[in-house]
Amino acid sequence: MSVRTLPLVFINLGGEMLYILDQRLRAHNTSEDNSEKVMNDIVGTMFSKAFMDELLKPQQLYSHRTMKTVLTRLAHASIMRLNPASMERLYELMVMAFKYQVFLCPRPKDLLLISYNHIDAIREFVRDTPVVLNQVDETHRKIIEVFIIYSPLSAGEFQLLRQTLASDCGLRSVFCSGRRWTVTGRELRRTEFPYWRNYTQPIREGSFELYGNRVIRLGMNMYTVDHPEETHTSKASSVKPVDDSPNLLAKEELNLLARLMGTMKSENTSEAETGFRINLFTTDEEEKEAAAGGAEEPLFGVINIQAMQDQQATTELARIAGQFAEEEEKPENHSSSKGDDLLAMMDHL
Amino acid sequence: MYHKEKSIQIKNSASALYNNLGVLRIAPRRLTYFTVVHANVVNMVSASWDGLNYSHRQLQSKEPNVATSTSLIMQAAFCALPSRDLLVVTSQKGIQMYESDGSIMVYWHALDTPETPTGVSSGAILVFDVPSKGSNITLSEVLEEHKESITDMASECSGSQECIANLVTADDEGNLCVWKSGEEFQLLNKIPGFDMSCSSVKLWKGTVVAGYGTGQIRLYEAVTGILHAEVNAHARWIYSLDIAPFSGLLLSAAEDSLVRVWHLTMTPETNSVEVAHLHNECVTDTQICGAKFCDGDGYAFAVTGYDLSEIIRYVQS
Repeated sequence: MSVRTLPLVFINLGGEMLYILDQRLRAHNTSEDNSEKVMNDIVGTMFSKAFMDELLKPQQLYSHRTMKTVLTRLAHASIMRLNPASMERLYELMVMAFKYQVFLCPRPKDLLLISYNHIDAIREFVRDTPVVLNQVDETHRKIIEVFIIYSPLSAGEFQLLRQTLASDCGLRSVFCSGRRWTVTGRELRRTEFPYWRNYTQPIREGSFELYGNRVIRLGMNMYTVDHPEETHTSKASSVKPVDDSPNLLAKEELNLLARLMGTMKSENTSEAETGFRINLFTTDEEEKEAAAGGAEEPLFGVINIQAMQDQQATTELARIAGQFAEEEEKPENHSSSKGDDLLAMMDHL
Repeated sequence: MYHKEKSIQIKNSASALYNNLGVLRIAPRRLTYFTVVHANVVNMVSASWDGLNYSHRQLQSKEPNVATSTSLIMQAAFCALPSRDLLVVTSQKGIQMYESDGSIMVYWHALDTPETPTGVSSGAILVFDVPSKGSNITLSEVLEEHKESITDMASECSGSQECIANLVTADDEGNLCVWKSGEEFQLLNKIPGFDMSCSSVKLWKGTVVAGYGTGQIRLYEAVTGILHAEVNAHARWIYSLDIAPFSGLLLSAAEDSLVRVWHLTMTPETNSVEVAHLHNECVTDTQICGAKFCDGDGYAFAVTGYDLSEIIRYVQS
C-alpha cells in the first residue's frame, strides 16, 4: 500500500486530538494560561522539525499500537494528564472522526484540504506564540512541497492513500451526536438529488496554498458547538478480535518509537506541581466505570515492552518513559555492549 | 427488475479495494464460490444453489517458508482457464495461485522488493504458463508497456473466436492496453487515459468497457480505440464492473452506494454500440467495493461493501 500516508495521518489525528482537548479544557473551565500552555506544548512537540522530518520519510503506516503510544506521549508532552480510560476514549474519538473525514471526501485530493483545515485550526490555537506558529507554518510549507510541488500525487495515488487508511482504521464506535452514525457503527450518508431544480456551476475548488479558503468543511472543528455528550463506546470486541499473536515487528516499532521520542523535547520535571488532570467523560464516576470495564476487555493489545531480553535496555526504556511521566529519574550508569540502534539512541539522550 | 435475496455472512468485512469480489460458478456441483479480500486474508464462501449449505474458508497471504511475514492483499480473482480454474491472489509480497476451492496452493511467485519502497507496482504484466494439471506453472513473459501500476485486466469473455483482441489491461493513469495472445503477447492498441485512474475494465465482443475514478464508463472499440460511448454513470469513484456475456448486461458499482445495471447492444453493420440503463440498486450507507454477476446470463448478482461483513445478493424477479 501507499508509503506516503504517515504525515497526513499524524496531522489529521493530531488535529482532531487538539480539537477534543480544546473542548475538554473549556468544559473544565481551565485557566487561559494553562490551556494556552497545553496547546503550545503539544503543538510545539508535534510540529518540531526533527519529528516532522522523521514522519515525512516514505515509510509504512504505523500499527495501531505504535500510533496510540506515540499519540499518548504527544498528549502528555504538556502539563496535562490523562488517565488510561480517558486516553482510550480520546484515541477512539480521534480515529473515528478521521475515518469519517476520509470517507466523505468528494475527491481523493480533498485529503490534502482536510489536512490543511486541521493545520489552519492549529494555527489559530497557537497564534499568540510566534515560535510555535512558525513551526506550524514551516511544516505546512513542507507538506505543500512534498505533496504538490516535488512529487504531485495523481488522483489514483490519493485514492490509494484513502484505501490504505481505510484498511487501517478498523475501529468501531458509536457517535450519536448529529445523527451521523447508526447504532451498529455504519455511517449515514443521506444524499438526495432533486433533479427538477435548476443547477448552476459546482462549488469552487478549495485553495491548496499556505493560506486560503479550503471550501470543504471536513477537517474543521466539530466540537465548537456544544452538544450534550452522548458518545458511547461499543463493547463489541467480537467485531475486532483481540490480536494475541506476538507482534514480531515490535523491535522495529520500538526502534522507531525511540527515534521519535528522542526527537521529542523532554519536559522540565520541575513542573510536576502545576500538572492537572483532564477527564474525557462527563463525570468522574463515568471515567472510573470506563476504567474498570476497560480493564477486563481491552480493545487493544497491551504493548509488550519486553521484546528485548536485555535487562539494561528495558530499564533504559523505562527511564525514558519516566521522563514523560514525570517520575523520578532512575540514576543510570551503564555502558551497553550491544550495537543496537535502540541502545545507541538512548545512550545519546 | 431485481429484488434482494438473503445475504451471505462472511467472517471479516470487505476491504476498500477495487473489484473486491470474486465469483465462480461450479455447475456440476451446484455450488458458487465467492471470495472477498480483507487486509491480508481472503474469505472464501462456498454456497450451494439451494441456499442451504455454506462453508467458509480463509486464505492468508504468506510466503510458504516464512511463517510470520504477511502482506496486504491487493486482489483475489478466479481465472477460468480451458482446462482448470484457479484462484489467483496478489499481495504486496507476491502472487499466489490456488486450486479453485482454495484447498491447495499450487504456485507462489515472489515479487522483488524494491530498494526504495514505492508502494505501487511498476506496471509490468506477468504472463504465466499453466499446465492443465499440477503445479508446474512457469513465468513465460513479462509485458512492460504501462508506466503506472496496473489496476485491472480482463480477457475477452464472449467466447467468440472472431475477436482479434484477447486481453485488455488498465492502469492508474487511465491508459488501456489491448493485447493479442499467442506464442508471445502482441500489443494491438494503446488507448490513452486523461490522468484519471481506470479502476475496472472488461472486454466483450471486441469492445472495451472501462470504469473510471470520475464515475464515468467508457466503451471503446478494442482494436481501433474508437470511443463508442461515454456514460456519466456514477457520482463517485467506480470500484467494479462486470459483464454477463450471454445477455450483454453490464453491472457497475461505485462509492456512491449505487449499483447500476445496463444493457449493451452491438450492431456490427453500423459498427455502433448502444448502452441502455435498466436498473438501479441503492445499497444504503455503503461504499461498494465489489459487484459481480453470479452467472453468465446476469440472472443474479452479488455485491460487497467497505466494512460490510456480508455478501448481498440480488436476483431477477
